[in-house]
Order: sequence, then C-alpha cells, then structure tokens
Amino acid sequence: MKSELIKKIVLPLLVFFAILGVWSGIANTVEEFPTPASTYVAAFGGVNADGDDIVGVLSDPFYIENQDDKGVFWQILASLERVFGGFVLALIVGIPMGLWIGMSKNAQYAFDPFIQILKPVSPLAWLPLLLFIFQDINMTAISTIFITSIWPIIINTALGVRSVSEDYMNVAKVLRFTPLEKVIQIILPVAVPYIFTGMRLSLGIAWLVIVAAEMLTGGIGIGFWIWDAYNNLNYQDIIIGIILVGIVGWILDMIMGKIADYFDYTKKGRA
Amino acid sequence: MSKFLSLENIEKRFPIPGKEDYIAVTDVDLEIKKNEIISIIGHSGCGKSTLLNMISGLDGQTTGKIILNDKEIKGPGPDRAVVFQNHSLLPWLTVYGNIEMAVKKVMPELDPKELRERVEKFVSMVNLDPAKDKLPGEISGGMKQRVGIARALSIQPDVLLMDEPFGALDSLTRANLQEHLMRIQQNVQNTVIIITHDVDEAVLLSDRVIMMTNGPEATIGEILEVNLKRPRNRVELQHDEEYIRCRESILSFLYEKFAKEDE
Repeated sequence: MKSELIKKIVLPLLVFFAILGVWSGIANTVEEFPTPASTYVAAFGGVNADGDDIVGVLSDPFYIENQDDKGVFWQILASLERVFGGFVLALIVGIPMGLWIGMSKNAQYAFDPFIQILKPVSPLAWLPLLLFIFQDINMTAISTIFITSIWPIIINTALGVRSVSEDYMNVAKVLRFTPLEKVIQIILPVAVPYIFTGMRLSLGIAWLVIVAAEMLTGGIGIGFWIWDAYNNLNYQDIIIGIILVGIVGWILDMIMGKIADYFDYTKKGRA
Repeated sequence: MSKFLSLENIEKRFPIPGKEDYIAVTDVDLEIKKNEIISIIGHSGCGKSTLLNMISGLDGQTTGKIILNDKEIKGPGPDRAVVFQNHSLLPWLTVYGNIEMAVKKVMPELDPKELRERVEKFVSMVNLDPAKDKLPGEISGGMKQRVGIARALSIQPDVLLMDEPFGALDSLTRANLQEHLMRIQQNVQNTVIIITHDVDEAVLLSDRVIMMTNGPEATIGEILEVNLKRPRNRVELQHDEEYIRCRESILSFLYEKFAKEDE
C-alpha cells in the first residue's frame, strides 16, 4: 500500500522532469522559444532574462486594470460562464430530445441521420455562420458550444433509455403506470448514469471549443488571452495558458465525475 | 356462484415471415376457482410461460377469451400481480421502496401512515424487516424473490401469477421459499398460478396440477387433483400415499407419455 503511494508520487515526477528536458531541448533549438525557467518567472514573478523585476501572471490573477486588461482569473471566469451557458442550453434541449429518440423508434429513424452528420462538424466550421447570425461575441461562443456539445447528450440519453430492461417495463405495465410515471419512476433512474456520461463528454467538448471560439471572437476569455499573448510576443503566457486550460478542464471533469457517481445507483450501497 | 377465472378456447400463434404461423398453444380451456393454487407443469417450450403471459395480459392471445370476475382481460393490470423469475426489482429502490412504489400506485387513497403500515406489514410477512432499507444488489437471490412476492401480494391482487418463481435458486433456498409461500397463503388466501418444471414443487404447493403436452400446438394434457390436507409438511409427505401417487402420475406424464428428447 505504502509503496503504491510512493510510486504514484515518484513516477509522475520522473515524467515531469522528462517533459522539462524535452521542453528545454526545444527551447534551445527554436529561437525565442521560452525556457521552463523564463516561463516560471512569467507565471510566478521574479527577475526575467532582461534583468527586470516582473509580477507573475499567476501571482496577481485578480487584477482589473481596465475593461480590456484583466487578470487571468477573470479570463478563465469569462470562459467558464460561456461554457456553462452553452452547456446548460445543450442539457435543456438535449435531454428531452434524447428521451424522445430513445423512447420512439420513429423519432430515432427521423433524427439519427442528421445527428450522425452534424456530430462530427468542427466548432470552427460553425463559428463564421453563428457570428454572422448573432453579430455578438458572447452569443456566438455560447451557441457554438451549444451546437457542438449537444450531440453526446442526445446520443447517451437515448442509449440510456434504450437500455431499460423489458422486465422493468413489465412491472410498470402490471402496475398500469402512465407514460409520465414510466419516465420518472423507471426510465430516468436507468438513464441517469448514461445522461451523466453524456454530460461529462459534452462538458469536455465545450471546454475544448471555448478556447478556439474565443481566439476568433476576441474580447475576453482564456482563449483570447492566449491569442493576445501570441500577438504581443508573450510566448511564456501561451504555455501558461495551455497549462491553465488543461488544469481547469481536469477539474471540470473531476467535478462532473463526482456528480455522475452520486446519481448512479449502481455505484451506491455496494458493500 | 359465477366462475372466477376462466380460459376459453385459447390459442396463441406467432407469425413467422414467409412461413406458416408457429402455433405455440392451442385449444386451452381451464376454469380456476377462487383461492385455488394451480401449478402448470411441462417441458420447456410447452408454452406454459406464454399461457401465464396471456393471463397477466403482458401478451395477448390470438383467439379465445380469458375472463376474470366476469370481465374479459384486456392488457395487464394490478388485479393480476406477477412474480417474475428474475424478480424484476428496481435496483435503485430499497426493499421498502420497491414495495412502497407498488402500493402507492395501486392504492393512492392511503394516507402516509396507512401507506407505511401496509408496506411494513408486507415486509414483515416475508421476514425482511432487517433488510428493509437495503438495495436489491445487497441481498441474496432468495431474499430478492421474497421481496418480489411481497410486492406482488401488497397490491391485493385477485390472482397471483408466478413464472418459475424459484427456478433460478438453489434447492435449499427454493425449499425455504416454498415454505414461506405456503405459510403466507395460509394467512392471506389468494388464488395462485405457478409455472414450474419441478415435480415436487408442483405437488407440494398445489390443489391442482395442470400438465401441458409438448409444443408446438401444446395444450392441456391432464389435470391432477392433489388431495392433501394443509398445512403440508414436506418431510412427512415423503411417505404419504397420496403424495407418492401424485408424484408418480406427473412423472409418468412427463417422462413416459410426453417424454422429450434433448435437442
């Protein structure tokens, strides 16, 4: 048990140092590519290569200089707001759609081809069209997230509905459940774990999409912040941005996983 | 007295594309009295489960009528509770919750106190008080089947239909559940129809044993009256002449008159 714990700490550290090694190698080859050390200074503050004492991006993430110059915390918050906007919309539309498609063969036949065609479309392909429709940064970002993250929710909800065993439906028939009672008492409890799997995939996609969307729409947001860093030749900030996006995405996934486990009856009460 | 439950000229066909219909069950006429315990026995594929599904209404007959309390059966309903072979408990509800769900739906007029008392009464009836807050995944197969029986009885059905209720259990657990069922039956007096392939189970539990011929076109071959007093004791019965007679009669039907080759 104890050696297991040591392995869990030591092995990732080994990989971490290997990454730093490769990174330093690239920094030595590519001109002006930030080294691990300069990136650390850019992130947490200190004296940079030019001998200037600077404040790190992460040492003061909450500053607000003006409307267009805010700390990295506010950038991430703006991105999260858009992600949740689009994600919640996708839930509101996607879950009922999925329930319908799962319960009705006709609905499945009607919608399935379009779901299969629209599902693989990249968010970047939607973006110009949606920007043209809304002419607004926030609405464009939210609707892009909506339209790309709704598919896993629909597909997984329908899958969950279809996995309801015939036996449970027989119980419902003998008790003469109304269609609404069937949905609430039988179908949803079975489908909920599937719905949460869909939500988890969907939230992952939404977080992927937001960075790309914000690069094109501009304004505020972690995606725009990274793009802005590129335009201002702040290459260290690009790497910090990538790491931040990764960490936030990881945290979102963990939270979603915990919520999913909570609602999954198969993971409850097992001795 | 009018008839309680009667099956009149029942036939069940399954259409097979491009071929003639498969006739699973045909020409079944049967009258069942109130509070009678009936077993339907036969080899696999004799349509005994099909017959039960038609009585429960989960499956419709092709021709013929099934009449319960002077009313023709159309579709499933809580007057014919079913104990399924695989228990069919909802795995996200506790033992208590599974029974509560059924009682709540069938007896919406109960106030919360009456509801709780009724559910607890049926939990106690199958001796599951200590397991009442457990989920189906946490209790044994025999206990699950007891919950299934309690759930079926809790909605006060006119007929209790049991589709090989103990088929998936080991023989000791099965014997234990048969005892449970007989004891409960002494108290609540219900009409029970049990599908089984176990000769001893059929004789021990039933007032009459319906023996089905082999399918296709299966029908009732013989009906055996079991003239044994209740309560019945399985150990004492081993030397009872009537018990031995019934047993032999079923065995001879199943293995001499309608022996079935392994396919």
